[in-house]
Amino acid sequence: MPPVLLAEASFPVIPAMVLTPLVGAVAVALLPRGRARMAQPLAVLFAVVTGAISVWILGDFDTADAGFQFVSEQGWVDALGISWFAGIDGISLFLVVLSGLLFPLAMVAVDPGHDHKAYFAWLLVLEAGCIGVFVALDLFMFFVFFEIVLVPMYFLIGKWGHEDREYAATKFFLYTMFGSALMLVGIVSLVVLHAQGADVDLTFNLVEIAETQALATNSARLIWATFALAFAVKVPMFPVHTWLPDAHTEAPTAGSVILAGVMLKMGTYGFLRFGLYLFPEASTTFAPLMITLGTIGIVYGAVVATMQRDLKRLVAYSSIAHLGFIVLGTFALNTEGIDGGLLQMVNHGISTGALFLLVGFIYERRHTREISELGGLQKSAPLLAGVFVLVMLSSIGLPGLNGFVGEFLVLVGAFNAHRWWAVIAATGVILAALYLLWAYQRVFHGRADGENETMPDLRFKEGLVLAPFVVAIVFLGVYPKPVIERMEPAVDRLVAHIETFVDDFDEPVADDGAGTGFDDIEVEEHDAEEGAADAGTPTEAAEGGAD
Amino acid sequence: MFFAQVAPDSIVTPDIAWTALVPHLVLAGGAILMLMVWSLAGRWLPRWLPSMVTAAVGLGAAIGSIHLWRRVTDADRGPFSAVADSVGIDGFSVFLTVVISLTVVFAALLADGYLRRERLDGPEYHVLLLLSAAGGVTMATANDLIVLFLGLEILSLAVYVLAGYHNRRAQSQEAAIKYFVLGAFSSAFLLYGIALTYGATGSTNLVDINAYLRSTVLVDDGLLLAGFALLLVGLGFKVSAVPFHTWTPDVYQGSPTPVVAFMASGVKAAGFAALLRVFVVTFGTYADDWKPILYALAVATLLVGAILAVVQNDVKRMLAYSSISHAGFMLIGVHAASADGTASVLYYLAVYSVLVIGSFAVVGVVSGTGDGATTVGDFAGLGARRPWLAFAFTVFLLAQAGVPLTTGFFAKFYAITAAVDGRSWALAIVAMLSAVIAAYLYLRIMIAMWLEGSDDDAPIRVPVGTVVVLGVAAAFTIGFGIFPEPIVDLARDATPALVNSP
Repeated sequence: MPPVLLAEASFPVIPAMVLTPLVGAVAVALLPRGRARMAQPLAVLFAVVTGAISVWILGDFDTADAGFQFVSEQGWVDALGISWFAGIDGISLFLVVLSGLLFPLAMVAVDPGHDHKAYFAWLLVLEAGCIGVFVALDLFMFFVFFEIVLVPMYFLIGKWGHEDREYAATKFFLYTMFGSALMLVGIVSLVVLHAQGADVDLTFNLVEIAETQALATNSARLIWATFALAFAVKVPMFPVHTWLPDAHTEAPTAGSVILAGVMLKMGTYGFLRFGLYLFPEASTTFAPLMITLGTIGIVYGAVVATMQRDLKRLVAYSSIAHLGFIVLGTFALNTEGIDGGLLQMVNHGISTGALFLLVGFIYERRHTREISELGGLQKSAPLLAGVFVLVMLSSIGLPGLNGFVGEFLVLVGAFNAHRWWAVIAATGVILAALYLLWAYQRVFHGRADGENETMPDLRFKEGLVLAPFVVAIVFLGVYPKPVIERMEPAVDRLVAHIETFVDDFDEPVADDGAGTGFDDIEVEEHDAEEGAADAGTPTEAAEGGAD
Repeated sequence: MFFAQVAPDSIVTPDIAWTALVPHLVLAGGAILMLMVWSLAGRWLPRWLPSMVTAAVGLGAAIGSIHLWRRVTDADRGPFSAVADSVGIDGFSVFLTVVISLTVVFAALLADGYLRRERLDGPEYHVLLLLSAAGGVTMATANDLIVLFLGLEILSLAVYVLAGYHNRRAQSQEAAIKYFVLGAFSSAFLLYGIALTYGATGSTNLVDINAYLRSTVLVDDGLLLAGFALLLVGLGFKVSAVPFHTWTPDVYQGSPTPVVAFMASGVKAAGFAALLRVFVVTFGTYADDWKPILYALAVATLLVGAILAVVQNDVKRMLAYSSISHAGFMLIGVHAASADGTASVLYYLAVYSVLVIGSFAVVGVVSGTGDGATTVGDFAGLGARRPWLAFAFTVFLLAQAGVPLTTGFFAKFYAITAAVDGRSWALAIVAMLSAVIAAYLYLRIMIAMWLEGSDDDAPIRVPVGTVVVLGVAAAFTIGFGIFPEPIVDLARDATPALVNSP
């Protein structure tokens, strides 16, 4: 196994990215009472700075490096082997960038209506937490961030949400806390057993534990289960998804955007970073189960979304379906599937984030989310309708828009691994077209009556907020290569890692190796690797890719 | 002439290493001095003075422990015993002495505003507080079961009176009676346990007992095991472990709030000090015999505390049940019977004391004159009325729920680590599940404070002493929550030892 490259950063960008929003939160919270109007600009300023750092990271990211970059390390509780250990690789890169960019947009987009200071302070705390989750390479540090995000989200839903907000907030908090409570036991067990197995001091260092694999098979499987439960709740996967519709529906618009765009990814990211990396054997063993649950989620989410009368709830259920795709791709355990899953994480953040924004805009104007009370909005708000169409199509997965690339790769990966599951999952794409187009028809087509007739169109500021989403949707749909080529090395390394540590596991690739039909969007190294896969054993090929 | 025949020629008194007793002497001496000064010149002294003096005495006792800490952690000198081996000074006892002394400081500062509001002010509360702390410190440093019992009685008798200190409130009287009757009962159990242990081992000195158990295989250990059981009942009562917890909600609800703050922190610390020293340290060789019982106690304490806390409507009762659940977490550390387990209990005690004092400080302020407004509804809209008060309470509640970046999280984490290290996974899982159940209760209070409105706009007066307590406690909770290392290191250095003077 080649040692994992840990490239130090010249400037501590990761601490800066986590601390900037925190400093911002304190600054906003300490604004004098009379200056509450300053809260929004100040918060946006801090969020923009954070976003700028994330863009800088994107620019400075070394495409060829499969290891962790911008690494920052600092002792925390030495006696127990806990440290601040953070880094970014191709898997976390775009989630960090997504968080960095989504937060300022969500802050600008909607006005909370009351208690501005607290609202923006909590959003900034949430941002710090989200970024922390994606950069953490120390299990303790990861858990801290994973859990701390509950608090700001709890308050955002509870204080600025809609009618049933207290119920939704409490449900959200307890549900996710329940999931992660067992993960804490899992983390501690993992660390203790690793220390005993490898005969070293306690350490929470992810890379060290993952590269040693000192655990017995059964212990690893049990601990994997605790991790999986925490992530499954967070994703959320069927059957532990029931908190999501409530939380999404009752959350304020910005809360929904962040929840869908960033926070749900913590679960799927967790599966990749901690599930597959730490427990390759358990992940391959339980992959069929996860794929089944993912597929159920796709179909179930789509069917239930079709039945919804509430527009926001419909989008919420569509999230369950989309995240089913991500889980499916992740547990296909091949490069295409994981690539697709990762891409789908970013795409879902963009599309569903934009959908929640649009639904929020409609709600601000009409004060209802009931589909039956809306209708004919196309006439009164053509621009809004136009953007809605584009975002909707991206969410459905229309070729040429971003949603397609991710879903396609996921389906290819899943097809190579578990053919029939991919077939069932593909129906999810059709169902997505059904529920979204039908919803669009009911909301925007038809005759406008009453208030629908006079609903104002998008304002300039709102258009400005939506513009980046539109650009991203089209750009990633047409030219996803820059994203894929940055993810690819890290994903290859992950797959190679699994192959190294699981004896009877080979990356599931297409039988003839050539007919996958997505070579045009692949990068060169991968083509070379595909060629090698034809010639030699898949194991060698994947290891070659990791070098 | 008559006396000369009975009395021996000279009574052999033990050498007393006065320096080892500085904390005891400061606390007890402070109490007696205060009683004298105020009975002679009380009417000329300002009303705020007693609590200031008490806080100073508590602080003095803590500072007076520093030289002991230096001595016991010094590799050359190490732990030692004093006063004919009846007092053992080691890192463990010094750590808990400081914790108990500091809870006195907090309880005194809280009492100032409270007692004046309730028109109960006077030195008596503070004298009793100092005496009970002296008892607690005696328990923490006891090297002999008899001394342990003495400490427990000094502690308890003073707290019985404190529980009934609010003499115009029927609930306070009820709490005192209840606490006294049940407490006396549990003391009897403890004493009987001591007697049986003495019968089985031939000594009440912990070092001798330990040495005896190490070197001797008892053919019939029924007497000893019965002694264990009775000791566990007596100490379980003090730390309110289920099923010996039934007094807790009633007493917490009825007693004056600053007293409750002390009960949940200082008294609990003393109880756990005894539990750790007697069972983990002294009866360590018999761990296989008592661990299953502690396992059952820990599970019951965790779950019963958390579940019953959720269904309460009175914040004081909620916090009472949640304190039971927290005791369960500490019992996990006791059950682990390891160095890490002991350190985790010490860490938990130190940070939980601060949390619970902070929580009851808020309750004591919100409850208003008469100390009666303690339902969840009385906290409605606190976020709008007194944002900083609500913020501090939120910090304490989140910490008790075990949210990261607070001391409460690390305490739970450390307890879980101790359990997992001892391969008690089921216990760790039960603990975390109980934490989730209990989280609902803290959320309920937070919902009331932040998300519900209130038509009650009676001003809430926050006395200066309480402000200081809240500020220090909140800063402590967040500061050491983010950087837990200093206290973790202290708790790990505070190892218990069993030594008699050569």
